[in-house]
Amino acid sequence: MIRGVAAIAAQTVRLSFRSGGGAFMALFFFLAVVVLAPFGVGPDMKLLARIGPAILWIGALLATLLALDRLFQEDRDDGSLDLLVLSGLPLELVVLAKSLGHWLATGLPLVVAAPVLGLLLGLEPAALGWTTLSLLLGTPALTLIGTIGAALIASLGRGGLLVAVLVLPFAIPVLIFGASAASAGGEGAGTPLILLVSVTLAGTVVTAFGGAAALRAGLD
Amino acid sequence: MRLLATDLAAIRGGRRVFAGLAFTVGPGELLAVTGPNGAGKSTLLRVIAGLLPPSGGSVGLDPAPKDGLAGQVHYLGHLDALKPAQTVGENLEFWRRLWSGGSVLSALEAVGLGHLRHLSAGMLSAGQRRRVAIARLLLSPRPVWLLDEPTAALDAAGEEMLGGLIARYLSSGGMVVAATHRPLPVAAAATLDLGRAA
Repeated sequence: MIRGVAAIAAQTVRLSFRSGGGAFMALFFFLAVVVLAPFGVGPDMKLLARIGPAILWIGALLATLLALDRLFQEDRDDGSLDLLVLSGLPLELVVLAKSLGHWLATGLPLVVAAPVLGLLLGLEPAALGWTTLSLLLGTPALTLIGTIGAALIASLGRGGLLVAVLVLPFAIPVLIFGASAASAGGEGAGTPLILLVSVTLAGTVVTAFGGAAALRAGLD
Repeated sequence: MRLLATDLAAIRGGRRVFAGLAFTVGPGELLAVTGPNGAGKSTLLRVIAGLLPPSGGSVGLDPAPKDGLAGQVHYLGHLDALKPAQTVGENLEFWRRLWSGGSVLSALEAVGLGHLRHLSAGMLSAGQRRRVAIARLLLSPRPVWLLDEPTAALDAAGEEMLGGLIARYLSSGGMVVAATHRPLPVAAAATLDLGRAA
């Protein structure tokens, strides 16, 4: 069972980096948002450093959701989804495996890129560390929440930004806890970080069952 | 073990596709499902696989496996489930790992595509794609094959190859349900005619 989950996650990672995959698109979108922010804010380094963690978080949120729309749609369009349903693995685990693979391919690179992009925003070393830590704990929650949206639109011919529109309201708590942990740093970051982890853990369960139910409802 | 359907019915889009179907498929038997376009052949296969819920009656293995039917059937649908961004070998390797199955190379050689395993799946012709999808059936042993128009896009040699594979599978005790509107390359133990296009 573990080997099956690993196989699906690895396949999702590999396809994300192939032509038509979304891994690089998410990363470049993140880069674009963060690089554009200073042009909009103007040459105030203090202000930029203060709102930097929030910019990184909003960039990561949008970049995560951007690449999610095809997560199940591709498998449905080419017939793989039927075979995944019949794989013998519980569909709930299939959903989690796809979600894990998507996070490894698009979420983790954002976390790794965050300290570098934070430098562009003039963040202090401590703030860089806290922002990166909060992204590491929080982006899985974003991917998990987005996975339910991706499962819901799998049976629609096209998704585009529909996933983002569906999912954004539910991602607001993650953004609040994440950005406040990143901005507060130090002792003040404890509570929001714990809440962030709890959203990620709760999201794991909800996504497994919610995503599987959405996919089953869309089979025809 | 046998595949048993009793009083099976299905509704799609508010329209009754078929009702009151009953059949039994034993080990080594091939059930051919025939009928004109729209008669419900594909729907029947998807209901048997569990991809669609029946609106009445039941279908399943007897005795019922404890993990359900999902891990017991190979489904060959209209779509070939190939990722064009990966090579033929990578495509099958994924399913081999997921199913803890046997050799990819020998499965590809059985359908005459052993030499193409490093080719991108996006470059294949329709018939070659069909052959790769058939090779996937050979990766892991499962007691039931559900084949939806298995000969679609295959050339004469391909049909003969498929006939040989089905015959070998049947002689090893497999059960096959094949939907087709063309004569199959293997003699069927029974034929289920969905008849009228409802």
